[in-house]
Amino acid sequence: MTPPSGVMEETRKSKKTTRSPKPSQRATAESMAARQRDISVSEFFAKNRHLLGFDNPRKALLTTVKEAVDNSLDACEEAGILPDITVVIEDLQPDRPATAKSSRYRVTVVDNGPGIVRKQVENIFGRLLYGSKFHRLKMSRGQQGIGISAAGMYGLITTGKPMVIHTRPNASKPAHHIELAMNTKTNRAEVTTDVETQDFPPRRLTQLTAGTRKLAAEGELLDPESYRTGTSVTIELEGRYQRGRGSVDEFLELTAIANPHARIVFIPPTRESAEEEDELLPVKKPGKGSKGKDFQVTDDEGNLVAPAPAAEAAPAAPAAPAAPVQTTETNGVTIFPRAVTELPPETREIQPHPKGIELGILLQMLKEAELERPGYTLYNFLQEKFSRISAATASALCEKIGVGSRTKVTDINHAKAEALFREFQEAKFPPPPTDCLAPIGVKQLLAGMLKGVRAEFYAASSRDAAVYRGRPFQIEAAIAYGGDLPADEPARVIRFANRVPLLYQQSACSSFKAVVDTNWRNYDLNQPKNSAPVGPLVIMIHMASVWVPFTSESKEAIADYDEIRKEMKLALMECGRKLAAYVRKRQRMKRESERRDVFERYIGEIVKAVSEINGTDPKKLYDKLLEQARKRTAAADQILDDEGRVVKTKKEEEPGDDEGVIILETARPIEDHTPREHLNDRAAKVAAQLAAGTFGDDQLPLLDGEPRKRRGKAAPPPKRVAKKASAEPKSKPRRAAKEAKTPKAAPPPPASKPAAKPGKLRMRLINGELVRVDDPSLFGG
Amino acid sequence: MAKKQSKPASGGPTARIKERDAITHAKIVSLADNLVKQTFAGKEPTIAIPTRTKSNTIWNRKRGILQMGSATQDRQLFNLNQAKLFMQSMLHANSIRSLIEAEKTLSLRGMFYKGLHTVAGTKEKTFADQSESDAILEDLEVSLGALREELHIFAKKKGTMIGNITIVDSGDEIDCRKMGSGGDAIPSIVEPDVIQFKKCEAKFVLHVEKDTVWGRFNEDKFWQKHNCILTEGGGQPSRGVRRLLQRLNKELGLPIYCLLDCDPWGHYIFSVIKQGSISLAFESERLAIPDAKFIGVRSSDYKTHQLSDDVQIALTDTDIKRAKEIAAYPWFRDHKGWQKEIAGLLSNGFKMEVESLITKDISYVTETYVPDKLKRKDWLD
Repeated sequence: MTPPSGVMEETRKSKKTTRSPKPSQRATAESMAARQRDISVSEFFAKNRHLLGFDNPRKALLTTVKEAVDNSLDACEEAGILPDITVVIEDLQPDRPATAKSSRYRVTVVDNGPGIVRKQVENIFGRLLYGSKFHRLKMSRGQQGIGISAAGMYGLITTGKPMVIHTRPNASKPAHHIELAMNTKTNRAEVTTDVETQDFPPRRLTQLTAGTRKLAAEGELLDPESYRTGTSVTIELEGRYQRGRGSVDEFLELTAIANPHARIVFIPPTRESAEEEDELLPVKKPGKGSKGKDFQVTDDEGNLVAPAPAAEAAPAAPAAPAAPVQTTETNGVTIFPRAVTELPPETREIQPHPKGIELGILLQMLKEAELERPGYTLYNFLQEKFSRISAATASALCEKIGVGSRTKVTDINHAKAEALFREFQEAKFPPPPTDCLAPIGVKQLLAGMLKGVRAEFYAASSRDAAVYRGRPFQIEAAIAYGGDLPADEPARVIRFANRVPLLYQQSACSSFKAVVDTNWRNYDLNQPKNSAPVGPLVIMIHMASVWVPFTSESKEAIADYDEIRKEMKLALMECGRKLAAYVRKRQRMKRESERRDVFERYIGEIVKAVSEINGTDPKKLYDKLLEQARKRTAAADQILDDEGRVVKTKKEEEPGDDEGVIILETARPIEDHTPREHLNDRAAKVAAQLAAGTFGDDQLPLLDGEPRKRRGKAAPPPKRVAKKASAEPKSKPRRAAKEAKTPKAAPPPPASKPAAKPGKLRMRLINGELVRVDDPSLFGG
Repeated sequence: MAKKQSKPASGGPTARIKERDAITHAKIVSLADNLVKQTFAGKEPTIAIPTRTKSNTIWNRKRGILQMGSATQDRQLFNLNQAKLFMQSMLHANSIRSLIEAEKTLSLRGMFYKGLHTVAGTKEKTFADQSESDAILEDLEVSLGALREELHIFAKKKGTMIGNITIVDSGDEIDCRKMGSGGDAIPSIVEPDVIQFKKCEAKFVLHVEKDTVWGRFNEDKFWQKHNCILTEGGGQPSRGVRRLLQRLNKELGLPIYCLLDCDPWGHYIFSVIKQGSISLAFESERLAIPDAKFIGVRSSDYKTHQLSDDVQIALTDTDIKRAKEIAAYPWFRDHKGWQKEIAGLLSNGFKMEVESLITKDISYVTETYVPDKLKRKDWLD
């Protein structure tokens, strides 16, 4: 209860000192100055590692993989190499207790990129905020030059192990093997090992499991031929490997969707970590494990069991039944194959747009220009350092701020610079160029969704490039609907920025807000207030930009700029419209089939009754009525649709013909709707029964033991029969085909019917008058 | 009697039946032919059915009967709500055809079973219940312009007759004076080819609402004392009862006196007997009895016969609504007596059953009430 005496004393003492007026006890400016010193960026991030996406062990593992893969893809694309990336996660504590929440992992990412020249290795991997991508406006995955070095730093902090880099920039020379540890104080790397080696790609990785050995033997894994140059990064870190949302697996799956040109091989660790609640869990127990199978996965687990009583397989195998933790199958190597062999179009680097610049930046640019070229004129500066400023515009701007075209940038004082900045805001410029953007493309989006999501309907849309803060960007969206997707859960939103999947902080992301903002009820989907729509739906949004505004350095969410959200909404709405057109068409088809069902159900009965009454050929009458039923149901439904909802455009009528839409008829026939084939079969069956005269024979007539055919009507004139018969196959080719399949029932010979009873009066009522019946023209003429 | 049994006799009822059947048969065939014709012409098959609604009922003031107007409704095959009805119509048309050919008749219920089976290829039954079947048969009656008996269909027996008359029913002579306490059941079909009047001494017909009252009259031998025929219709009289009354009235010239409850229901029964009903307006010609007289119970009887308070049955809201509707019928609207009678009922605020007269004395109704009314010609028409 009472604090320990020591503490009491201390408190009392400090109270005393507080009261004491003695200044010497307090910090002085001098003493404070002694403690004031530089904070290195590395130190800052070491303390604030959550800013970089290393908040928890699970995310740390993901971020490490993500940064390495992003770098690899960027490097390959820039060098014009089709990326072939191998991701290996080794569990270094396979014998840890089953309940262990985390473990030590060794993450290795090998690419076939251009490699890194020796002298840059320390800078790239050992320094934060060092990179090629920060200073330019070009679309790339990485931006700040933080990622991979931060991952290395995290590894060093948690395990004390340096980062290991193998890189071979020149195919004919040996590779470099460098191990480096980052000094957070100096923001510099300390090289602990630096040797040359021929071991690239590292052979060790191919010998991890029976599966990897087999794949390597087949040339599928780290084939030296495909990795003539390249880089391999190995980081040991404390992490947690668990599948599900926000996992390495999901990241690679989504990366494969957005980068169909890349081949990615993933060798996961032998076991998952113990389950733990975190922001993206709960994970569905067995379901998510099999999620990988949604993709084209080469899972050669089957190969393992037979040839190899492998030692590697041993530790996990007995654990499988015993361990209460989620234990996944061992040695399953996942391969995301390359879907297209074309690299994304090369993007151009652009200069900043005058509208997207701030005053401080402008001043900085002016200062840099001074240094860059003595005697640099403002006129030239404006044209060369900005996009969309022509010579005429440049001179107009010079004139506006009261300087001549030969005025040097050195002569631009602060006031003039500010005036220039104001002019930037007021003047009109064309939007920034958009050839700096490489959108995924509607076709590729659809292909990616098709590969990744089992649905029935896919739609994609691509917006034209737009501008936020002077930076061009482009939004693409795609949706997948129906099929095997869960119908009563909120739609899954998958987000990409410059082809990089965003896995965390969904609700903070502009794209998710755009999904929530969009009124999906307009497209016949359920949508609770202020949330994503509920239904069998996957929504994908991709933002391509020279500079994606992330909310934090961990690059998890896109900042919510009005312009961006608006474009996203427009893209989603376009997809929504396509979806609605499809759903409505589907509903219409369902209604139509129900109606048709009703009619077809009764036509058989009617035909039987009528043919018994007046001896009409049941087959012909049935066909004729069926034909009408089919025609009428289409017409009736059209009217109903017009009454119900207004079909806006003609295009919507046939979403299947629309661009950017895929409908998988095979995925699942329209829900709770009897497939047409089935109905046709039934119709054909009834028709055959009618023709054979066996229709409804299972029902016993109450009175007359055998349904007596109407004998009155003699055979219709043969001439008409011939005409009808010849017309039949033309008008109903489908029927004809069906009948060919069904055992051909003998056509009902009209002549076989008993002739009219002589003497019986045959009359009919025509316009209220009874007329004697012997005019065959009344009968169907 | 023997003469009647010999069926092949030419010119007799049998020949008439043959001829009538041939016509009905032809009507059915033409119904089917019409469907075939429409179908092969690429038109939607339809059956024209005269509408049996109040709006299509015409009050023939001159003749004092309700008649059906000319409005018809097309029953369409390709209409979601009518497709099944269409099928049922054709099934029944076929059933009737086979009945005519077999020269047999079926009850309404029999017809329901005759048409009942599972629609091929489904689990659906052709008729959900008998009421569906009955409605279709009424549709066919009006659509074919043939009466129920012409379609070889009869209804359940309902109603009883006793009195000074001898009839021949399907060749059997029936002396209605020797019917004991039960009386002779009135069949559904009482057409001249089934029932012929042979010998009638009765001077009028007393039709009472229910068999309880009828039993009272029979036990007191009212028909013997007053030389009449005593009938009851079990509430709303069936077509058979109404047709029989109509024939007694038309063919034998007997006046028809009705003793019904003093309530809107009783008034409505009288209205149906006298003018015909809306749903059977097409049969009014042979069912309505414009001469029928309503002798009671009258709303004024409560006072004139000094009935006790106990017989009062309060009018419900439905009763009041119904009474006002009946008062607005064209055939009652211009009838001062009826307007007064219904106004009396409403101002009384209660209804009375015929049995209420029993409170006076067991045989008050047979010995005092009715004879007195008849003597004083105190009735409404």
